[in-house]
Amino acid sequence: MKIVVDFDLCESNAICMQIAPDVFEVRDDDFLYILNENPDESDRGRMEECVQRCPKQAISIED
Amino acid sequence: MNRKSIHVVGASLAGIRAAEALRRRGFSNRIVLIGDEPHLPYDRPPLSKQVLAGSWDADRIQLTKPEKLEDLDLDLRLGVRATGFDLDSRTLATSNGDEVVDGLLIATGARCRTLPGTEGMGGVHVLRDLDQAMALRAALDAEPERVVVVGAGFIGAEVAATCRERSVEVTMVEALNTPLARVLGDQVGEICAEIHRQHGVDLRTNVGVARVEADSEGRVANVVLTDGAEVAADVVVVGIGVVPNTEWLEGSGLTIDNGVLCDGTMLAGPGVTAAGDVARWPNHRFDEVMRVEHWDNAIEQGVHAAERLLTDEVDARPFTPVPWFWSDQYDRKIQLAGRIRPDDDVEVVTGTLEAHRFAALYGRKGKLVGVLGFNRPRHVMQYKTMIEDGISFADAIAAGV
Ligand SMILES: Cc1cc2nc3c(=O)[nH]c(=O)nc-3n(C[C@H](O)[C@H](O)[C@H](O)COP(=O)(O)OP(=O)(O)OC[C@H]3O[C@@H](n4cnc5c(N)ncnc54)[C@H](O)[C@@H]3O)c2cc1C
Ligand code: SF4
Repeated sequence: MKIVVDFDLCESNAICMQIAPDVFEVRDDDFLYILNENPDESDRGRMEECVQRCPKQAISIED
Repeated sequence: MNRKSIHVVGASLAGIRAAEALRRRGFSNRIVLIGDEPHLPYDRPPLSKQVLAGSWDADRIQLTKPEKLEDLDLDLRLGVRATGFDLDSRTLATSNGDEVVDGLLIATGARCRTLPGTEGMGGVHVLRDLDQAMALRAALDAEPERVVVVGAGFIGAEVAATCRERSVEVTMVEALNTPLARVLGDQVGEICAEIHRQHGVDLRTNVGVARVEADSEGRVANVVLTDGAEVAADVVVVGIGVVPNTEWLEGSGLTIDNGVLCDGTMLAGPGVTAAGDVARWPNHRFDEVMRVEHWDNAIEQGVHAAERLLTDEVDARPFTPVPWFWSDQYDRKIQLAGRIRPDDDVEVVTGTLEAHRFAALYGRKGKLVGVLGFNRPRHVMQYKTMIEDGISFADAIAAGV
């Protein structure tokens, strides 16, 4: 599973970070950093929640 | 609690997220998802933004990919309208016939208010669903001379912004002194007005629409304002708010009062819950009975209302979110979390109002109750967490995120 973020769409609101702080981090510079691009398959449910809760549809999961 | 089946009425954001939550919770019996639109569930916020701009098409806004939908194993009935419900006999009437239901989740959302006297007039638009968005987009593709936007609320403001990005001339008419004054207060409303004017919108405030005149072919020609001014227009977009879709529930035995009235746990009646734009409930966190017309609420409430149908009374949890929404206008990202009132204390904690880039905190009785941001998405979400944690206004100001 690979996490891909469309940085043109992302507005750095850190909603994904609230759900998965070990995968997403919005730093003081207001940019989003992906801490783990390849989360474990067992984490798919939580990653799908991030996809759904991102109001900008900026996150996608590539299998 | 187990149920033989659950019917979800309204196949949009709240409805589909509810259905998904039921499966996540291990509910394996029949889920019927009924929606009167012909489309698979899709996302509405892009309708006034990327879809209207012409940069996204319908396939970009699906809420759940077709293969995922398949996995949910739903009895999906699109193009079917619920026409009535009777709580005593638990009969759900639809355009496809009647059926007796066990669990029922109401997620029929809301529809746009229309401007009296413009029904059926060519060139007059509202914007709530995909078909309406495509119709308005086609009207903009035809390069109109001028679009008149009636109402400077969030939808009207986004439509005006998208039109200006497409270089279409816009006149926006607002009955209040400043746009969004009731939601954001006069001071911030004035900033919104300034932003529109900077982008070339002819903004008329403190004035209403007296009548809309059509040409001999029944197409809009003129908008006459209450101050006597006449604005020639070939397209009119009416953005004067929405009404919850509850007509089908009249006489059902449920309480309908500006939405489906629920208890604090989203239960509207035995085995019946509601969620999204159609639901009204007492949010104990704010001591207020509210109906929230925001994207994130539809998701969270949809999940909560779904789980409520599987939960016994004793284990039911109250639904007490801090509501929040965003609106994108030009290059400004506006976000508001919490519940703010005109007489709240206000403190700008980062940026300045003049720069149109700031986060402002709202306090009431010493507590942090809201945060408003212009191009400060991260800050808004961090302060939202503080509202959830119930921290004091003073501590929030001192926190410095
Ligand atoms: C153009 C636009 C832009 C928006 N932008 C933002 C934004 O930037 N930020 C934000 O926070 N929110 C935004 N919103 C609000 C957000 O989209 C809504 O809060 C959300 O769609 C509510 O979801 P819902 O499922 O409750 O209702 P809806 O999305 O309204 O869905 C209800 C569904 O039920 C169907 N239905 C109604 N009656 C019946 C019936 N009797 N039988 C069967 N089906 C029925 C309807 O046709 C519809 O498909 C926007 C909305 C619009 C229209
Ligand atoms: S939720 Fe979406 S918009 Fe927000 S920071 Fe994450 S990817 Fe960006």
